[in-house]
Amino acid sequence: MENLEQLVQDGLAAVEGADSLQALDHIRVEYLGKKGVITQQAKTLGKLSAEERPAAGQKINEAKGQVEQAINARRSDLERVAIEQKLAGESIDVTLPGRGQDLGGLHPVTRTLQRIEQFFARAGYTVEQGPEIEDDYHNFEALNIPGHHPARAMHDTFYFNPGTLLRTHTSPVQIRTMEAGKPPFRMICPGRVYRCDSDMTHTPMFHQVEGLLVERDVSFADLKSTVEEFLRVFFERDLKVRFRPSYFPFTEPSAEVDIEWGREADGSIKWLEVMGCGMVHPKVFEHCGIDAEEYRGFAFGLGVERLAMLRYGVNDLRMFFENDLRFLRQFR
Amino acid sequence: MKFSEQWLREWVNPNLNTQALMDQITMAGLEVDGFEPVAGQFQGVVVGEVVGVEPHPDADKLRVCQVSNGTDTVQVVCGAPNVRSGLKVPFAEVGATLPGDFRIKKAKLRGQPSEGMLCSAAELQLSEDHEGLMELPADAPVGKSLSEYLKLDDVTIDVDLTPNRADCLSIRGIAREVGVLNSLVVDMPEIAPVEAVHSEVPNISVKAPAGCPRYLGRVLRNVNLEAESPLWMQEKLRRSGIRSIDAAVDVTNYVMLELGQPMHAFDRDRISGGIVVRMAEQGEKLVLLDGQEVALTADTLVIADHEKPVAIAGVMGGENSGVNAGTRDLVLESAYFDPITLAGKARHYGLHTDASHRFERGVDYQLARDAMERCTSLLISIVGGEPGDVVEVISDTHLPDARVIDLREGRLADVLGLAIDRTTVEEILTRLGLHIDKLLKDGWRVSVPSFRPDLSIEEDLIEEVGRIFGYNNLPVTEPVGALGLRVQEEAVRPVSAIQNYFVACGYQEAITYSFVDPRVQQLIDPDREGIALANPISSDLSVMRTSLWSGLLKTVSHNQNRQQPRIRLFETGLRFVKNGAGIDQQPMLAGVVVGGQLPENWANGRRNADFFDVKGELESLFRLLGIQVECSASQHPALHPGQTAELVRDGERVGWFGTLHPQVQKNLELNGTILMFELFLESIVSGYVPNFKEISKFPEVRRDLAIIIGSDVAFADVERVAKQHAGERLTALRAFDVYEGESLGEGNRSLALSLFWQHPERTLNEEEVHSLFNGVIDALKAELGATLRS
Repeated sequence: MENLEQLVQDGLAAVEGADSLQALDHIRVEYLGKKGVITQQAKTLGKLSAEERPAAGQKINEAKGQVEQAINARRSDLERVAIEQKLAGESIDVTLPGRGQDLGGLHPVTRTLQRIEQFFARAGYTVEQGPEIEDDYHNFEALNIPGHHPARAMHDTFYFNPGTLLRTHTSPVQIRTMEAGKPPFRMICPGRVYRCDSDMTHTPMFHQVEGLLVERDVSFADLKSTVEEFLRVFFERDLKVRFRPSYFPFTEPSAEVDIEWGREADGSIKWLEVMGCGMVHPKVFEHCGIDAEEYRGFAFGLGVERLAMLRYGVNDLRMFFENDLRFLRQFR
Repeated sequence: MKFSEQWLREWVNPNLNTQALMDQITMAGLEVDGFEPVAGQFQGVVVGEVVGVEPHPDADKLRVCQVSNGTDTVQVVCGAPNVRSGLKVPFAEVGATLPGDFRIKKAKLRGQPSEGMLCSAAELQLSEDHEGLMELPADAPVGKSLSEYLKLDDVTIDVDLTPNRADCLSIRGIAREVGVLNSLVVDMPEIAPVEAVHSEVPNISVKAPAGCPRYLGRVLRNVNLEAESPLWMQEKLRRSGIRSIDAAVDVTNYVMLELGQPMHAFDRDRISGGIVVRMAEQGEKLVLLDGQEVALTADTLVIADHEKPVAIAGVMGGENSGVNAGTRDLVLESAYFDPITLAGKARHYGLHTDASHRFERGVDYQLARDAMERCTSLLISIVGGEPGDVVEVISDTHLPDARVIDLREGRLADVLGLAIDRTTVEEILTRLGLHIDKLLKDGWRVSVPSFRPDLSIEEDLIEEVGRIFGYNNLPVTEPVGALGLRVQEEAVRPVSAIQNYFVACGYQEAITYSFVDPRVQQLIDPDREGIALANPISSDLSVMRTSLWSGLLKTVSHNQNRQQPRIRLFETGLRFVKNGAGIDQQPMLAGVVVGGQLPENWANGRRNADFFDVKGELESLFRLLGIQVECSASQHPALHPGQTAELVRDGERVGWFGTLHPQVQKNLELNGTILMFELFLESIVSGYVPNFKEISKFPEVRRDLAIIIGSDVAFADVERVAKQHAGERLTALRAFDVYEGESLGEGNRSLALSLFWQHPERTLNEEEVHSLFNGVIDALKAELGATLRS
């Protein structure tokens, strides 16, 4: 049995020295296999008395266990090393850029329009569309701008012939929607509009959103809250808003809306005009067959490019229609 | 409308500084566009008197002057041609600073000492006038600071008036507003009738009373038009943006600025017989005061004499009757012309005058006589002369009616969202010059003064009350209304979903002009005539687009010229095509692709986008929209004849797709293979709502085959024939290889297909699959001439 001690020491040393899973397996067979040197020790048990046998048997089992444990531990080590080696060979440069399609982007005008539409859609407004080649009636007459009206000079109109033109605002969509439906109305009309004007601050085409709300009971005070909330949501700031009396033939009372936009040199608030609005003129209701005694309404209009310029800091209106990729990609 | 702040303050002088005054009128709806000082920044300039002038010994053009500042006399060398002894001029003494921070020091000019400088109006930025020294009146107090003497602590205020506020095109009107806003009384100048000293009256006949309901004339004899208008008047005019011409013109302009009544002065000797106000005869010629000859149209109201037209009424006088320095007798005109008759007339003749601007917007129809008296007395004080009686021709039926409007208290509160107390409302109305005729049970009956032609309905009064009360003093409340839920069809996808899809596919959205270059459009859509603008901004933006491709290709060109080789763009918007007498305005979706299919990158390869890249993107779009679209070979003038597909849904063409025609590409000077598509948005946005089908628990069977078939046989035909014979359990058919090569023989190609079968309720057995598969092969052989590839 002294031999057993030595066999275990030899076995443990062999396990320690095994440098591959294969070598380790050989060692296992050599020591613990059916004919393994430690297994073979069981044969010596026959020479012992019945009293000595159990203790000796247990010793052999303990010896086997010791070596087996060492083999298992060594196997784990060798397996771990093998995996590490394999993984080390598979490493990649994770800092290289990914494969596949680049992302495009929406035009900043569309991006701005979508934000505006979402705001009003949440407030129950529908989005209405209409023709861009309009007739004189819907673009002017029905909006209380008869042929001789000086306000026509405010609209540099593109004409096809005396009765047909490119709409100068999206207000005709309000007329068409009111003609086709019955009050109450809550709508916005986003879209392209055209003015015969082109310089640093004017492009012959631009975008407007006009809004209209017609209810039995609505007032200028309601218009104020709608406009103020919209501007605060749009600019995500609690900015100051003021309403300045103005004139549009299709609303009365009419106002221009100014927002606080920085400070003047003397520290006073710098005001910037961003929208026009007012209560729907009774003549407009009359043209649409709506009783102005029964219903009242408010309307507002804004220039999309102007809001986009303020929001994103764009300093040249004309860039919106050059579609230079280096410009467009800044908005994706 | 430009005006001098000081002039306004002579009428009404609120306790506000300039900025506060401008803010106040802006917030009343008279938007101040800007302001500027009436003179440059200078100091040390006094009224000087030239007391002696000697020639310069060494310079022909210079004079050596002795100039007094009231206490001392110094020598000043001066080169102005109008310098003369006794002249009073602006004198910049040594130590003075002129505009531009120019300091006056002792100097020698060609050897002669000079202590100071005599100034022109331009040097003080008092005018553009460079011709010689500014001549001050003989009674100017020598030694007095010029700024004090000319009251130069003044600004020109420019208000951008809305077209309804014709009443504010005068000092009188603006003063009235300022008075209302500050609860101040406005000081009107005293206007008294000027007594006639002779009996000559103009012979006036108004033949067009609708266009001219009121015409006043007066003869002023023996005037001296060599007399200059006084400096105070010239200055007020200048500070209100009007140049001084001569006394007659200056006084009429002054009255127009002061009261708002445009006037005109004729040379009586050049009026033949008398004045006739009539419509022009078609084609009648008139040379205007600006030298332009116009051929009049019959809808133009003119002032004529017994032989010829002498003025376009309310717009501009004629040269043939104008006054000049030699004129002795004047006929003064003060009239009310109907705004609708005059509307657009000035513009028709390429004119826009201070008079036409006012008459088109509406002049106070009761003002003409006051203006006539004011004008007469001012003229007499300057040019002398003997006035006759005023002749007035009125057509009462054509004058505007005195308006009476009922304003309901309840309506006022409903519209503004606030019940303003009655006293405040009455005060506002009264201060505005409206007269409360009667208190009604629920409001007021109000008469509108003749100077407010813009007030005619109840809403006009509501606006006035709101405006003066202050929009920003009105409450802020949330609108209340029924908030019904709306139908939103699941099968209809919003355009934003399509836009977002293309963005995810690497496309940049473009927005191009709806009017395009007709030459580009001609290349893309030669068979269709575009709708042309009558007044385009330029020839390359003159016709409405019949395809979004014109604008997109122009955008490709713009970007290719800026080193952008890889371009993927899409746009949505209307196209405009003639349809008989009408116009179809159709929403389109279009795109262009050129350059690498993927962005250049170590892993992406460098393959350029081709037909099937874009086709795959469109097929995914159709799946997104839930629609079935077939693609078949077609022709389009803008596209490559062998690489053009028509997109068809349920028998309706929904668009085109293909490669830009190489010839068009060459003409447009574009680079690379350009893929393009254009679809009718309305034909594709509406798809289907998903409908669940049971998933089969039984295995799917796959069989592959490879055939050799003529290259001219479309895959779509192979697919159709195969499907016809594959039985109802066929679940899919795919082409997994397409090959053309010499080994197949000319005009042939090889197609490899896989077919999938599955039964919902049982496992398909080998025999039935085999039989279906063979059926497909036989049909392809028989119907399309295919052979099985070994």
